[in-house]
Amino acid sequence: MSKLEPNILRVALVGNPNCGKTALFNALTGGRAKVGNYPGVTVERKEGSLVTLSGLKISILDLPGTYSLDVKTPDELITRDIVLGNQIDEKIPDILLAVVDATHLERSLGLVFELLTLGRPVLLVLNMMDLAKKNGLDLNFSILAHELGISVVPTVATRKEGMAELILKIENLSLQKNVSLPFSTSWKKPGLDEIRKRFSDVDRLLDLSTRHLTYSVAWTDRIDQVVLHPFWGTFLLLVVLVFIFQSIFTWAQIPMDLIKSGIIFFSNVVAIFIGEGPLKSLIVDGVIAGVGSVVIFLPQILLLFLFLLILEDSGYMSRAAFLMDRLMGKVGLNGRAVIPLLSSFACAVPGVMATRTIENRRDRFTTILIAPLMTCSARLPVYSLLIAAFIPNKVVFGPLRLQGLVMFSLYLAGIVSALCVAIILKSTILKGKKPILLMELPSYKWPSLRNICIGLIEKSQLFLKRAGTVILTVSVLLWFLASYPKAPAHSTVPPISYSYAGQIGKIIEPWIRPIGFNWKIGVALIPGFAAREVMIGSLATVYAVEDREHGVAELLGSKLAKDWSTATALSLLVWYVLACQCFSTLAVTRRETHSFRWPAFMLLYMTGLAYMGSYLTYHLSVKMGLG
Amino acid sequence: MINERKVRLGDLKKGEKGSIVEVGNIYSSQELIKRLLQMGLLEGARVEVMHEAPFGGDPMAVKVRGSLIALRRSEADLIEVLVYE
Repeated sequence: MSKLEPNILRVALVGNPNCGKTALFNALTGGRAKVGNYPGVTVERKEGSLVTLSGLKISILDLPGTYSLDVKTPDELITRDIVLGNQIDEKIPDILLAVVDATHLERSLGLVFELLTLGRPVLLVLNMMDLAKKNGLDLNFSILAHELGISVVPTVATRKEGMAELILKIENLSLQKNVSLPFSTSWKKPGLDEIRKRFSDVDRLLDLSTRHLTYSVAWTDRIDQVVLHPFWGTFLLLVVLVFIFQSIFTWAQIPMDLIKSGIIFFSNVVAIFIGEGPLKSLIVDGVIAGVGSVVIFLPQILLLFLFLLILEDSGYMSRAAFLMDRLMGKVGLNGRAVIPLLSSFACAVPGVMATRTIENRRDRFTTILIAPLMTCSARLPVYSLLIAAFIPNKVVFGPLRLQGLVMFSLYLAGIVSALCVAIILKSTILKGKKPILLMELPSYKWPSLRNICIGLIEKSQLFLKRAGTVILTVSVLLWFLASYPKAPAHSTVPPISYSYAGQIGKIIEPWIRPIGFNWKIGVALIPGFAAREVMIGSLATVYAVEDREHGVAELLGSKLAKDWSTATALSLLVWYVLACQCFSTLAVTRRETHSFRWPAFMLLYMTGLAYMGSYLTYHLSVKMGLG
Repeated sequence: MINERKVRLGDLKKGEKGSIVEVGNIYSSQELIKRLLQMGLLEGARVEVMHEAPFGGDPMAVKVRGSLIALRRSEADLIEVLVYE
């Protein structure tokens, strides 16, 4: 890593949230970033580099947005620790680029004054100058620079304007000052009066340097008349949510089918080249099937992140949180929990990752813990199979049919249980002070295509890397358990019953008998733990259904209908609503909470809930004559 | 002055405006006051209630120092405002 090389100039970007820091980072580095995590926390570390015309190597570190150095959240603390040189494994930056949104000088210059008290080399970047000028900002740069005692560079990061001047000024500053101060800087928590004084300094500075200071963007106010309208705003939010939900299901279908047929084609080709034997089985049934079942969800995840990035970049996200705050407050959560929970309808993995925008740790953990209860897309194939096999498609009322109604109730059951669990968690183990909602609603901006593309590439790399490594390991392990030891020759029962997985299934049978499951379901549940929909394939193997290519669902469905009672099927459906059968979710929870305790708790409470739910469902159904 | 009254920011309705007289009281936590100040809710600043959230008007969004800030009424109650009518 570059931080160990002495001849590189280290520059850190510091600024308020929404000041265009990420756009500036992309403009300076060309978007090529090394993304990782800071040790001990889940805050993303983003570093890029550039070489100036004179050959100076510069590394650029994008720090999390903050309003001050006197802060609490893990993201903001990282910013403070790095700026002060207190972060482990991280050298103090040689130069701080204080990035401010030129359309919000009155608020954003406060942080600049705070940075100046540190005595570090600081350069002021006035970003979004185009918008500020359009609003009529008349700013005298030389007075500003003279009063602050630092260089000032106006930029429009989204259009890469001002980059040459900025790089030049960085070079000049690095030559002027002795930038290799090796030690950390001292900093004292400011008192209330110091904060007040800082803002009056800002006012004095703006009095001196500006002739016309505008109050935000007029059309932001006009858009907000609709977007934040108590009725129309809520209606619009509903439309946006339904649209996202719909398109994740419909638009993603085509690329998902393509990937699916690609995987089938690939495994067929591989099967031709590798001779029959354990190696072929390992690669085709273990690696390709296992990793493939995750890669299939990439289009849904990319589409979801596309919408999330557009909503975030445009400034709509915090408005959605504003509109939903009251409703989410009823279950003890913050308005910001809406987006992660909604994302979890596609997949809980991006949902858990999206909780990063929630400031309060307890709120965030509660949201993470209930996210997997939202019905994700991996449950859908299992629901479809079981409903088609066991629920008669009779008309209930008008166009309503029983099958559709059952499907809807399964979704509803997930939502209701998630909200109930949230209430319980927030009044017990994650009880805390009433969360505070105090956030800026930023001006609307056109999302930049470039930044969105860069964001999507980053997200998909992270997803494939994180999920891929875990899934690969688990797939190989499960393949081994399901394949060995081999069945003796001329055996009449399916070979899986001889395997370790089969033996495990027999061992756990007494435990799952009370909820109406037989050992074959038990066996299928084990690989289903890696990815829910894998259960169908496992059931098919267990029930020795030969057909691999088409009609698996129908064939398997009729076999199941003969072997299981309706009570068993209903119990399994409820199990699928509530159980935490997803290794990726647990892995991402482990990463995001940085502890084994929370994923362990998630697994325990969801399994307990599922067991109770299935037990009740099974016995009630048997009483009703469905056994 | 007849046309001026001191109220809590949390009591204001959409469209009402005034200037902040005092942020926080002896009972409120220093941390909370700090956060309010950092968002630009300072003594002397002019505020206007721009929006009220659905389902009961809480939280609210106020314009202060050129920015739109969302906060719940329970926090807004810590801010005393001189209202012009």
